Amino acid sequence: MSDAIRTSTPIFVRESMTADRAPPVSNAGPAAWIRDNLFPTPLSSVITLLALLFLAWALPPLVRWLFIDAIWSAPNGDLCRAPGAGACWAYVWQKLGFFMYGSYPREEVWRVNLVLLSGAALVVWMLWPDARGRGGAALAFFTVYPVLAFGILTGSAPFPTRWLPTSGTGQLLWAFLYVVLIAGAGTLFYTGRLTALAMAMIGFVAWAEIGAWWPTLGLSHVGTNLWGGIFVSLLVATVGIVFSLPIGIVLALGRRSQMPIVRFLSVLLIEFVRGVPLITVLVMANTMLPLFVPQDWSPDRLLRPLIGVALFSAVYMAEVVRGGLQAIPKGQYEGAMAVGLSWWQMMQLIVLPQALVTVIPGIVNSFIALFKDTTLVAIVGIFDFLKAVETARLDPVWAGPSISTSGYVFAAFFYFVFCFGMSRYSLMMERRHAAGRKR
Amino acid sequence: MSVIGDSGRPPPPSRRKVDVKALSIQFGLSLLLVWLAWEAVGNVAENMRARNIPTSFNFLGATAGFDINQSLISYSATSTYGRAFFVGLLNTLAVAAIGIVFATIIGFIVGIARLSQNWLAAKLATIYVEVIRNTPLLLQLFFWYTAVLAPLPGPRQTLSLPGLSWRMPEVGALMAAAVAGSFGFLLFAFVRRQLRRTNLSIPAYAAAAVCTVAALLFATLGPKVVGLGVSSGFFDLYTGAYVFLNNRGLFVPAPVLGDVGFRLLIVIGASLLGAMAFAYWAKAAREERGLIFPVGWISTAIVVLPALVVLWLGSRSLALDYPQLRGFNFNGGVRIYPEAFALVLGLSLYTASFIAEIVRAGILSVSKGQTEAASALGLRRTATLKLVVIPQAMRVVIPPLTNQYLNLTKNSSLAVFIGFPELVQVFVGTVLNQTGAMIQIISITMAVYLVISLATSIAMNMFNKRMALAER
Amino acid sequence: MKKSVGYVFAAGMAAVIGSAAPALAQTQPAKSPTLEKTLKAGALSCGVNPGLAGFGMPDDKGVWAGLDVDLCRAVAAAIFNDPNKVKFIPMTAKDRFSALQTGEIDVLARNGTWTMQREAELGLLFPVTNYYDGQGFMVRRKLNITSALELSQASVCVQQGTTTELNLADFFRANNMKYEVIAFATSNEAVKAYDSGRCDAYTTDASGLYAERVKLTNAAEHVVLPEIISKEPLGPAVRQGDDVWFNIVKWAHFAMVNAEELGVTRANVDEQLKSTKPEVRRLLGVENKYGEFLGIPNDWAYRIVKHVGNYGESFDRNLGAGSRLRIERGVNRLWTKGGIMYAAPVR
Repeated sequence: MSDAIRTSTPIFVRESMTADRAPPVSNAGPAAWIRDNLFPTPLSSVITLLALLFLAWALPPLVRWLFIDAIWSAPNGDLCRAPGAGACWAYVWQKLGFFMYGSYPREEVWRVNLVLLSGAALVVWMLWPDARGRGGAALAFFTVYPVLAFGILTGSAPFPTRWLPTSGTGQLLWAFLYVVLIAGAGTLFYTGRLTALAMAMIGFVAWAEIGAWWPTLGLSHVGTNLWGGIFVSLLVATVGIVFSLPIGIVLALGRRSQMPIVRFLSVLLIEFVRGVPLITVLVMANTMLPLFVPQDWSPDRLLRPLIGVALFSAVYMAEVVRGGLQAIPKGQYEGAMAVGLSWWQMMQLIVLPQALVTVIPGIVNSFIALFKDTTLVAIVGIFDFLKAVETARLDPVWAGPSISTSGYVFAAFFYFVFCFGMSRYSLMMERRHAAGRKR
Repeated sequence: MSVIGDSGRPPPPSRRKVDVKALSIQFGLSLLLVWLAWEAVGNVAENMRARNIPTSFNFLGATAGFDINQSLISYSATSTYGRAFFVGLLNTLAVAAIGIVFATIIGFIVGIARLSQNWLAAKLATIYVEVIRNTPLLLQLFFWYTAVLAPLPGPRQTLSLPGLSWRMPEVGALMAAAVAGSFGFLLFAFVRRQLRRTNLSIPAYAAAAVCTVAALLFATLGPKVVGLGVSSGFFDLYTGAYVFLNNRGLFVPAPVLGDVGFRLLIVIGASLLGAMAFAYWAKAAREERGLIFPVGWISTAIVVLPALVVLWLGSRSLALDYPQLRGFNFNGGVRIYPEAFALVLGLSLYTASFIAEIVRAGILSVSKGQTEAASALGLRRTATLKLVVIPQAMRVVIPPLTNQYLNLTKNSSLAVFIGFPELVQVFVGTVLNQTGAMIQIISITMAVYLVISLATSIAMNMFNKRMALAER
Repeated sequence: MKKSVGYVFAAGMAAVIGSAAPALAQTQPAKSPTLEKTLKAGALSCGVNPGLAGFGMPDDKGVWAGLDVDLCRAVAAAIFNDPNKVKFIPMTAKDRFSALQTGEIDVLARNGTWTMQREAELGLLFPVTNYYDGQGFMVRRKLNITSALELSQASVCVQQGTTTELNLADFFRANNMKYEVIAFATSNEAVKAYDSGRCDAYTTDASGLYAERVKLTNAAEHVVLPEIISKEPLGPAVRQGDDVWFNIVKWAHFAMVNAEELGVTRANVDEQLKSTKPEVRRLLGVENKYGEFLGIPNDWAYRIVKHVGNYGESFDRNLGAGSRLRIERGVNRLWTKGGIMYAAPVR
C-alpha cells in the first residue's frame, strides 16, 4: 500500500490560492441583528410582526395626543375643549400649585419646600453608597428631622406642650429632671456603656428645649386640614418609612425570639395585619382609633391614617428584615456569642448591621409599595396627590373631555419617575451587594 | 445577659438564669398588653355609650333599604343587611377568582416574553412590567374606568358587534363540528401512533386537513341526516346584532338551557368521575405495566365530548336570551358591567406585572445544566419543559405567587373608589353609614379577609408540599 | 376650696341683697363649655362640606365660601368680631357626625338633613334649618324626559351612605319601577360617572344638583326634573348638652334672617345703628343686652351683618342670582314674601 502511494502521481494539486470567499452574511451589522433578534424562527417572526402592528396602531395616536395636539399653554379650558385637541398640559401647569401643596396657604409654602428639600437632601446623603457619615444622616433623618419637620409644617411646638412646666414647682421639677438626665448621660458616656441610652437622654432634653423655644420663631399655625397634594403623599410615605423601620425591626426580632409569648404576639400582629387590605386598616384607624383613647385625646384627622399606614408598612418591613436576619450565617451568631457579647450587643454590633445592609433593596421595594399605597388615604378624606388630581378635574373653568386623562397621565408620570428611580437604586444596591459577596 | 459576658462562662450553666429573665420579660409584656387592652376596652365602652354607637349584631337582620346593582344571589331593597353582606362577599370572591385567572395567564405570557430571544417582544414586556409596577393601582383603576367608559357611546347609540352570534341550529352545527373534529383527531392520533411503529409516516398537515374537511362535512350534513331539519348551512352566519357594547356594559346573549341544563349537569358530573377513574387506572397501568397514555388529552375528551353530544342532541330546545333595549337600558342576556370590567382589567394587569417577574425569576432559577442533561437523556423539548424545567421553576414560583393572589384579593377592595359593589363598598361603605355599627362591621370585614388569606395559604402550602416532594 | 367659698359668699350676698338679684344675673352670663373652649382656642371649629358649590367649597387660594360657611363665619363674627377666626374642617359624609360627637368640631354646617334618627339616636341637635331642600333628579336634556316617573329602567348615580341612597330606593319601590343604582364613595366620583354617560340620572338634594351641574362638561345639556321626592331640611348641627351653644348657633342664623326682614344689610348696617325702629335697635344691640345672656357681646348681630351680611345677601352671593348656580329662592324666601324662612323675634 505504501509503495502505491509513493509511486503514483498525485491526481490533483492546487497550485494557486483560491479566491477569497464572501464574508458570512450575518454575525455582525444591523441586518444580522434584526435577523437574530426579530426573525429567528417562524413563530418569532409572527410575534414580531404582531408587535410591530400593535406599535403602528398605538404609538402615532399616543404621540399625537401627548405632544403634537397637546395644549401647552392656555388661560382656560376653551382650547382644550376644541375638537381634536390632545392632552391639556396648560391645565396641569395651572393647577401645579394645587397638586403640590393642596390648600396650604400660598405665602407659607416655603415651609413645605424647606422640609421637602432638606428631607430629600438627607435621604440622598443617607442612601448615597459612598457618602461619608451616612450613619449620621440616618440618625438625623429618623430622629431630629421628624421633630423639626413637624414644628415647621404645623407652626406649633414639636413637643407635647402639656408636659411643659407652667408653674414655679413645675419648673423646679423640670430643672431637677434636666440635672438628672444630663448627669446620667454624662456618667454613661464616661463609662462608655449604654451610649444609646445616654444619647436618648440628651436627645430628650434637646427635644424639650426646642419645644419650649419654638413659639419664639413666630410661625403661624397651619392646620392639617389645609395640607394636601404631593406634599401629603410624600409626608405619608415618609412617616410610614420612618416609623415602620424601627417597629418592623422590633417585630422581626420578636418573631425570631426564643420567648414563646413574644414570638406568638409578633406572629399574631404580623399575620393579622398582612391578611387584611390597607383600606380596612385605614377605615379602622379612622373610625375606631378615637374610640380606643379617652375622649379628649381624639387624634388629629391626618394622624389617624398615618398611624394606620405606619402599622401596615411595619409588618411588611418586619418580614423584609426577617429575611435579612435569616440570611446571616449561623457562624456570625456563634462567633458573637463566643466573644461573649450579650444578646443586645450581638444584635446591635454584629447581626443588625449586616442584616439591614442585605435588605436595603427590600426596604426600598417596600417603600415603593408604600408610596403607591399612599393613594388609598383618600378613603378617609385625606387630600393626597391623586385626590387633588381628582378634585381639580371638576373645576368648571377647565372641565372637558381630556382633563381627566391629562391629570391621570401627569400623576402616572410623577409616580413612575419616583418609583422607577427607587427601583433602579434598589437594583444597583443589590448588584453592589452581590459583587461584595463574591469577592 | 451581660452576666454571661462578664463571667465568661459558657451558656449552659446560666440557662436557668436566662429563662428567669426571659420569663420576666414575657410576663411584663403580657401584663402591659393586658393593661392596655383593659384601658382600651374601658375607653371603647365609655366612648360608645357617649356616642350612642350600637353594640349588638342585631342590625344584620334589619331591612337594608338600599339597592345593589349586581348580585349573584337575589337581593332587593327589602332584603336584610346580612344578605347585603353576602352579596358583597360573593362579588369580592367572584372578582378575585376571575382576576386571578387572567392575571396568571397574562403574567405567565409576559414573564416568558421577557426571556424571549425576540428583542421586540422582550422590550415590550419590560416596558409593560415597569410602567404597571411603578404606578399606583388606584390610579390605574381610575384610568381604566375612565378609559373604558369615555369612548363608549350611550345605550341608544350602542355599538353592536354583528356576526358574532348564530341562531341555535348553527350552534348545534358548530357543536357537531367540534364533536366530529375531536373524534377525527383522536382517530388520527391513534392511526399515526400505529403507523409510526411500522416506520410509515404521513404528513401531519395532510391528516389534519382531512380531519377538518370530514368534520365540516359531518357538521353541515349531520343535522340533516339526523333529521333536525336545518335549513341553513354552517357558513350562513346570522347578520343580526345580538352583542352590544356601550357605556352600560357589554351585553351578550345568554343561553337558556332549560331541561338540557339538568341533563348536562348530570353528564358532566358522570364524565368527571369517569375521567378521574381513567386517570387512576392509567397511573396504575404506567407503574405496573409501563403503559403510557396521553392522560391529559383523553381525560379532557372524556369530560368534553359527552357534554357536547348532549348539547347537540338537545340543541333544538336550547334558546338564547337576547339583550334588548328597553327604555334606558338593555335587558336580558348576560351583562358585564363597566365597573366590574375596569376592576378585573386593572387588577389583572397590575398583578400580572408582578407575576411576570416571579415567573421570570423562576425560570432563570433552573440552571442550564438541567436542560442540557435532559436533552442528553434524549427528552424532547416539550418533555424537558414539562418534566424538568417547570417542576423546578414552580418550587420557586409558588410561594410568591400565593402572595400575589392574596394581594389581588385584598386589592379588590379598591373597588370602593369606582363603584363596584364588593364587600368593602357594600358593607364598610353603605351599611356602616346607615347603621353606625362600626366595630361589628369592621371586625366582620377583617375576619372575612383573614379567613380568605388563611384558606389560600393553607391550600397553596399543600400544593407547594406536593411540588416539593415531586422534586426528590 | 377657694371656688366653693366664693360661691357660698356669692349666694349669701344674693340672698341678702334680694332686690339686686336681677342686676347680678345680668352680669353673670350662662356657662357654655363649648364657647369657653372656642374662646380659648381662638377660632371656631366648623365642619363643612369638602366641596359643594354654594354651601362649602374652598377657592383656588383655599378661602372657603358658601351658605353653610357663612353661618360659621356669622358665629365667629358674633364671638370674635372676626369672620375669619374659623377653622374649616372638610368632612366626608361618613364621619361628619362622629367628629361632632368627639368634639373635633363644634358646629357641623355641612348641608346635613335634620332627621329624627340623628337627634334621637346620634345625640345631636339641629338648631335651625338654613335651607329647605328636597331630593331631585338631574338628567340629560336630550333624553326628553319631563318627569322622574319616566325614569323606569334608568341607571342612577348616587353618593353612598346618605339619606339620598335610601330615598332613591324608596321612590322606585313606591312607584313600582325598576332601576339600576351605581353608588360611589364621594359625590365627585358619582358626578364624574354621570358626566361620562354611565348613568342616565344623578340624584341628590335639589340644591346640590344645581351646584354639581356647574361642574359638568356642558352644564346647559342637563336639566333638573321638577319632582322632589323627599323633604330635606338642611341645617347646622351641634352636640346635645350645651344649650347655650345651641342658642348661639340658632340665633346667629335668626339674626341674619331678621336682618333681611328688617332691611338691614351689610351696606347700611352702620346707618341702621341710628335707626329709630325698636326691632332694629334691639337686633343691633342698641337697646337691651340680650347678647350678654349668651356670653357674647351685645353687638353680636351688628357684627354678623357687618361681616357676613343678612340671609338674603348670603343666599344671593352663594346660591342665587349673584352666584354661578342661580338657584331660585323658592320656599327659602322670607315668610313675608311667600316662603317659609321664618325667624323668632329678638325681644
